[in-house]
Amino acid sequence: MIAVLLILIPLLGGFLLFAVKDEKTAKGMALLAATAVAALSVAGLTVMNNRASLNMDLEWLPMLNSRFHIGLDGMGQMLCLLTAVSFPLIFVATWHNTYKEAHRFYAFMLLSQAGLMGVFLAMDALLFYFFWELALIPVYFLSSIWGGEKRVAATFKFFIYTFVGSLLMLVGIIFIYFKAHQSFDLQSWYNLKLYPDTQNWLFWLMFIAFAIKMPVWPLHTWQPDAYEQSPTAVTIVMSGVMVKMGVFAVIRWLAPVVPDGFYLWGDTVSLLCITGIIYASLIAMRQDDLKRLIAYSSIAHMGLMCMALFASDKSGMQGVMFQMFSHGINIIGLWMVADAIEQKYGTRKMSALGGLATKDPALAILLVVVALANVALPLTNGFVGEFMMFNGIFSSAVTKYGVVDMAAAGVGIILSAVYTLTMIKKIFYGEGSKLTASGRPVAGTVLFSLAVIVAMIFVFGIYPKPMLQLTSDTVDSILKYMKTSI
Amino acid sequence: MNAIIISAIWGVLMMFSGIFISRKSVIRNLAIAGVLLCLVFNIAEEHQFHLVSINTRNMLVFDSFGLLFNSIAFGATLIYLLLSARDMEKVGPNQAEYLALIFFVLTGISIASSFNTLLMLFLSIEIISIPLYILTGSDKRNLKGNEASLKYFLMGSFSTGIMLMGIALIYGATGSFAVENMARQINGFGPVMMAGLLLLLVAMSFKVSAAPFHFWTPDVYDGAPTVFTSFMATVVKAAVFIAFIRLFDAAYATDLAKWRLTIAVIITATLFIGNITAVFQQSVKRMLAYSSIAQAGFMFFALFGYNDIAREGIILYAAAYSLATIGIFAILIKMKDYTFDGYNGLAQREPLLAATNTIFLLSLAGIPATAGFFAKYYVLTAAVKNGSYLWLVIFAVLCAAVSVYYYFRVIQAMYFKAGEGSVTEASPAFKMMLVVTAGLIILLGLFPQLLTYHLYF
Repeated sequence: MIAVLLILIPLLGGFLLFAVKDEKTAKGMALLAATAVAALSVAGLTVMNNRASLNMDLEWLPMLNSRFHIGLDGMGQMLCLLTAVSFPLIFVATWHNTYKEAHRFYAFMLLSQAGLMGVFLAMDALLFYFFWELALIPVYFLSSIWGGEKRVAATFKFFIYTFVGSLLMLVGIIFIYFKAHQSFDLQSWYNLKLYPDTQNWLFWLMFIAFAIKMPVWPLHTWQPDAYEQSPTAVTIVMSGVMVKMGVFAVIRWLAPVVPDGFYLWGDTVSLLCITGIIYASLIAMRQDDLKRLIAYSSIAHMGLMCMALFASDKSGMQGVMFQMFSHGINIIGLWMVADAIEQKYGTRKMSALGGLATKDPALAILLVVVALANVALPLTNGFVGEFMMFNGIFSSAVTKYGVVDMAAAGVGIILSAVYTLTMIKKIFYGEGSKLTASGRPVAGTVLFSLAVIVAMIFVFGIYPKPMLQLTSDTVDSILKYMKTSI
Repeated sequence: MNAIIISAIWGVLMMFSGIFISRKSVIRNLAIAGVLLCLVFNIAEEHQFHLVSINTRNMLVFDSFGLLFNSIAFGATLIYLLLSARDMEKVGPNQAEYLALIFFVLTGISIASSFNTLLMLFLSIEIISIPLYILTGSDKRNLKGNEASLKYFLMGSFSTGIMLMGIALIYGATGSFAVENMARQINGFGPVMMAGLLLLLVAMSFKVSAAPFHFWTPDVYDGAPTVFTSFMATVVKAAVFIAFIRLFDAAYATDLAKWRLTIAVIITATLFIGNITAVFQQSVKRMLAYSSIAQAGFMFFALFGYNDIAREGIILYAAAYSLATIGIFAILIKMKDYTFDGYNGLAQREPLLAATNTIFLLSLAGIPATAGFFAKYYVLTAAVKNGSYLWLVIFAVLCAAVSVYYYFRVIQAMYFKAGEGSVTEASPAFKMMLVVTAGLIILLGLFPQLLTYHLYF
């Protein structure tokens, strides 16, 4: 029951909001729906954590042998929790932002949440593809209507990119469907043994879609523009949650299905990831625009996750799981600050800011914590994930280049410290500028959301065990299906 | 059989109605009633109810595939008339005649979906084509329309000639017009038969505007009055495809491996030319003409597949493509300006039209939860099932991604650009009908078995 409600509440809420004209009511309803989803997601982890409420299997397309089969395993629960938690936080943090035709904005936001939930819940390949595409449409409209100056072109680039990827994935899905005796069922895909030769090209047919989503260098070019031009609330959805779709899909739909292809191309993908990490970090260092800096930082972080994934190691994969959640939470915090500053001072140029720490100490403290989590300082959640990922890459059994990979990724971490700390310095310390001279503290709603995030950063940084336990079953079973192929 | 009889009689009825009835709305409603009648009796025939029992001597075969397509064609025509029949008044004063011609086309369609001899195939294609030549030139004072009509007539006659030659050669090789005799040549085809089949293939490709036989399409679709382009580009095109697939199953399938490569080349060319050229259009109407070529490339996959999935696919495709295109054209007819810029800011003034138009465009692009997705899904699946031609499928999906570019240009104009885009008039009934059409598209996009189920039961 919980599984289907996680999709239904935002979906129906979204359609309902199209009819609500009043801005205040729309905001309230959206927050209510998002909070309800968050509560449900937490309930699914605690009081109603049983098979019956977490799974649902209905007849859908009998002639195609496709079923409306949704369910939550550990990884699904973790990502649904991330999706469920991020939306109320976004709504609260951007409470004072005004959008033209606000009811439509919130309606599309909820619809995108429904799509994302569907992606994480689907246990049937066709259903998965359905939601994969449907999550994109609301975001397309959100960014194109409410975005920045060059929004239409940037968003369209994003759309075409992902659409090409998903169509190739669709061909892959159809192909596997026939190999699996006309079944879309996840389990029957796992039990499938494809010829290694087939897997070698099938891997790319599927992986390109996921690589575009993450994004992996050199398929990342849509990302900085799209992040910059979208309204920040939407950017948060894209970079906090949507990019996790790519990592998630590799874990659930790619690695156990085409393990041989996965091993064969592991080093190639790792090389792309390393290039991406270094490249994005170097560019991030030179950015003056706050949003673009965070965008490039996100490419670097996703690159590391992707690389750890291809290490095919238990510790590494656990790290990826943990980091998916941590990165989601941390980057949401960074975007919130970026948005609050832009709303307040009308600029995202870091060179035009400075000395904000004296004007707004609360914001400064909270941002420093989030930023330190972003560079993976011990005691923050970022450290746990990255440490485990490094451990996985280093001790990986499937690659000869584990040490090289780790060293290269380590450089990325150092660079990430450089640009993150430079960002803090430029915004909060040094000489105040004309803009910040009359600065006043940001709204309490932003601080509240940030405080929640900071609390989560510390909780999971100090006591990561529950989160790791949650995903450990999934990791074990995925690795089991991957091992059987060697 | 029911449909053939009723549509033919109703066509004559409509012709005379112009003399006795002066009120346009009555004529219009008469036509709508006629299509409804055709639809009802065709569905009745699917459930074994026959108005008359005629021995067609196996020249026509009424199987579930043909009958189901008839239902789709009548249903689409019904929606088309409900949406756009009023706009025929703008073309000229002879509304009764236009509608009569449409009924004759429907007669041709009903024959095309059930032919079993080449003679009947030829007859059906001619019955479909000749009224269309007239409808294309129905706006007599429009030079472009006249040019289009003449071009269509010349090209159409030309291809009919090729078709007849093909049929004659096949008759020479087999001594029969019956399609089942064509398949009976177990030791492969002789050169005469081969030449006949090739000519027939060319002629049929001509009619469905597949590249490289597509050159007439943009000019004709662009030059014809928009309200008739809508009909030509949808119901008629789908019907010719149904005829094509029947012919293909009977005649070409025995030697499929040989023909597959030919079909693959046609598909590649059609998809490529249709999609790439559509990108460069400035007028939405002309873009839709090229888009119809591109969509024909996808429908060709049904021929290519040659299995049950392919048949389900072409049925779905016919429905999805017809519904969406009729909807887009219905809105286009009302637009003051046919260019992409003419749509600028339409969402501000007419949110409902913009929203439904978006659903139609998404369906053509093949986004999930619209009928267009499953249409594409089925035909591609049919091709994948056959193995070996995966490159063709990948090429097709890349072309589908290109198609997003020009379909979304309309959406971008409507929603993201400011402008004066507006319609001449849009009655509440018209809007209602658009919502119904969009609803049907979404319904088929979630449960395609509502349609494909009827192929088997």
